[in-house]
Amino acid sequence: MLIRIELDGTVRQVPSGISLAAVLAGLPGRRSASGEPRAALCGMGVCFECRVTVDGQPHQRACQLPVREGMVVQRDV
Amino acid sequence: MSDLHTEIAIVGAGPAGLAAALAVCEHGRAACLIDDNPKPGGQIWRAGLTAGSRSATNREAWLTNPAIPAELTARLARVEGLRVLPAARVVATQNAGSLLLEDASQARYLHYQKLIVASGARELLLPFPGWTLPGVTGAGGLQALVKQGLDVSGKRIVLAGSGPLLLASAATLRAAGAQVLLIAEQAASRQLAGFVWSLRHWPAKLAQAARLRWALRGVPYRAGSHVLAALGKERLQSVRLQQGQHVRELACDWLGVGFGLVPNTELLQALGCALQDGSAKVDALLQCSQPNVFAVGEACGIGGVDKALLEGRMAGLAAAGQVEAAQALIPARAHQLRFAAQLAHHFSLDPAIRQLADAQTLVCRCEDVRHGDLLAYNNWREAKLQTRCGMGACQGRICGAACATLYGWPVTGSRPPIQPTRLGSLLQLETTEAPSS
Amino acid sequence: MTVDVLIIGAGIIGSAVAEACARRGLCVQVLEAGIPAAGTTAAGMGHLVVLDDNPAELALSRDGLARWQARQHALPSQAEYRACGTLWLARDDEEMAEAERKQILLRQHGLDSQLLTADELRRCEPALVNGLAGALRRPDEAVLYPPVASRWLLSQAEALGAVLLRNAEVNCVNDEGEVSLSDGRTLRAANIIVAAGNQSTRLVPGLPLKPRKGQLLITERYPATVHHQLVELGYIRSAHTNDGDSVAFNVQPRATGQLLIGSSRQYNDLDSGLNWPLLQRMLARACEYLPGLLALQALRSWTGFRPATPDKLPLLGRVPGCQRLWLATGHEGLGITTALASGELLADLLCNTRPSLDPHPYDPARFDTWTAATPIQAVEAATC
Repeated sequence: MLIRIELDGTVRQVPSGISLAAVLAGLPGRRSASGEPRAALCGMGVCFECRVTVDGQPHQRACQLPVREGMVVQRDV
Repeated sequence: MSDLHTEIAIVGAGPAGLAAALAVCEHGRAACLIDDNPKPGGQIWRAGLTAGSRSATNREAWLTNPAIPAELTARLARVEGLRVLPAARVVATQNAGSLLLEDASQARYLHYQKLIVASGARELLLPFPGWTLPGVTGAGGLQALVKQGLDVSGKRIVLAGSGPLLLASAATLRAAGAQVLLIAEQAASRQLAGFVWSLRHWPAKLAQAARLRWALRGVPYRAGSHVLAALGKERLQSVRLQQGQHVRELACDWLGVGFGLVPNTELLQALGCALQDGSAKVDALLQCSQPNVFAVGEACGIGGVDKALLEGRMAGLAAAGQVEAAQALIPARAHQLRFAAQLAHHFSLDPAIRQLADAQTLVCRCEDVRHGDLLAYNNWREAKLQTRCGMGACQGRICGAACATLYGWPVTGSRPPIQPTRLGSLLQLETTEAPSS
Repeated sequence: MTVDVLIIGAGIIGSAVAEACARRGLCVQVLEAGIPAAGTTAAGMGHLVVLDDNPAELALSRDGLARWQARQHALPSQAEYRACGTLWLARDDEEMAEAERKQILLRQHGLDSQLLTADELRRCEPALVNGLAGALRRPDEAVLYPPVASRWLLSQAEALGAVLLRNAEVNCVNDEGEVSLSDGRTLRAANIIVAAGNQSTRLVPGLPLKPRKGQLLITERYPATVHHQLVELGYIRSAHTNDGDSVAFNVQPRATGQLLIGSSRQYNDLDSGLNWPLLQRMLARACEYLPGLLALQALRSWTGFRPATPDKLPLLGRVPGCQRLWLATGHEGLGITTALASGELLADLLCNTRPSLDPHPYDPARFDTWTAATPIQAVEAATC
């Protein structure tokens, strides 16, 4: 089953039941404190590298969040 | 939000926590099982995430995870007195006997009489040039992402680092359709041979290793081999490896690197429990240095799933007052501890692994602190104060273990909250009314 | 070897004194038992702010701020100097009147400030709660990261010849210019300056100094949420009470984008662990002013101990009755702001030069009871 999430203003269809980190892992992600590209590292909520803004709340760990219909996600790229 | 009360609180729903919950509840005591994931199983039995499961406080629905042995879930489904709190984090321990929990929508206190900490382990992630590039993950991290739904079919993957987790991860990736190009194990082949030979004392583990090896037939597994650098600009393009005397480069899409496991001891430290060699210091019945606190599984020493199950059961029995039954398991635990010692011995790190970072390599990924910036210091506290190493979002969980490995600095002085927490959660006041029974 | 000046403590006060002395050509040694800049220096907020509760506090903080401003460009970027300015927030007309009084007083001392109406305040800090009466803006104040600023000062002193001795735990001092270390060594100096913060009472018994506990909390990075250092006008009341536990709203936008939230003051609690009820009071106070804080991620909280004197002014000058034994401590919560002013003042006194500030309000001899109770013989007997 596919559901829709909004990623940086664009609606995307993604499989339900997967984590937000699984959606984002292959895409350009956030920038580090000094501006380097970063993406998911530990996959288990420890390293905080997969952080994104979800429904207006920054610093959410994508690997801890299942995708949800209507979820609004912003990467700070 | 009103406070929760339980006899025995169990933090972590991996093998150790589940076994503890079962032992507690099968002996007529009430337990409350907390886990930061939506589903039980921990890392080793990680389930795929399912939509809506975050609110699954219905125990049976929550327990649905085919990765957990069916007998265990069946028994857990039957017991009385087990309450589960999925997708909840322990964020603070203000007073002895209570934990402040936070989930997506609320924060509340859980009051307990006894506490069993089954907080598991994370990967030891060590810096090497390029390790911050997107596409480079933990070896277990990549496995976790695939279990969460990351599509790796047809992708070229290199796994590097150390320990049995590399094989388990490779098997998951291969089953998901990935092309595992190479498993680079830093331990020398003579170390590996010693490990395999020692497995004769643990036939089940030997059989498991054989099954993994069969699942991975055709995948090159190179001992005495380690990563030198990950290469690419905005994303990983290839990996440079040391294989014996040779240096080679392999183009790949993903690189999973893990050098073993590090016990998660943040909660135990917040409770004031003593550590020894990086894991909880426990007595023969898994009691910590603080009264009424037990540590089980990887949190009290890396040793794998069988040790975790046994220790969870022992601590559950002890906490439920079944001390003799717990004591009867001491010899079995000694057998598991011997396996843990074999694991540590045969996969001990080649000194070369500590030399992979160059001056420009980041050690602290949250604050972007470089290896070269840290060389001027000789202890964690001063390095942290002067460079901000360990002051970022992961609160030193990644770079603390890296600094301990690279520089020999014991990590000291962890500070509340135990995890980054909504400020509003910390404002939650403890209610003082008596427990409702 | 006998040095000119031996300084005990490599926090920001000891480092500032060391640098000021080294700049005057004195031969300086700094003793540090633990880690430089890791005591009260590391625990504080790092505000550079003029406080005006009394003329001596105003003079020292004004001089200290001016000296930081003059040196801001020499600081390393990791010192995170940020000239964000301060907003003193008024909740109601009564506090607005206080803001006006403050403006007049500051103007008399040549310090610029602007009164903001409620609307102006809302425009410049939209995250603040609606309904505040206004604010007084002090445009040239700043914040910095004290551990790095402190270590930078010490390295400036080292470049001028000062020597830092680590692992130098001092057992006792006397007015003969002798310092005994716990490893058995005795060091000699023409002058000894005790700049060991709260530890100073161990070396100079009877010192009118009490640890005053504070707690802080820092958030994740939320750049541009807040633009100024925000302080409630009631802050000085909290800082200058002499009993009870108090909290006052104080938030800083750090250079990293993090929000640093204070503040609390507490006597008679020597436990370095968090006092949760007080932390909750402090955070609740902060959320009254910045309701959006509730949803932000708290990253870390910690405690520290301000070395506080009964009148909240530092102890800068000779130990009463002594010739060679000096004090540079007791800065309560203003040690970062006043470090450079304190260093200059003490170095001038040491060199017998006329200081630019009147030193008397900071003279340790102002505490009569203590002076009477601890003649120099008593100091020697008790410490060696």
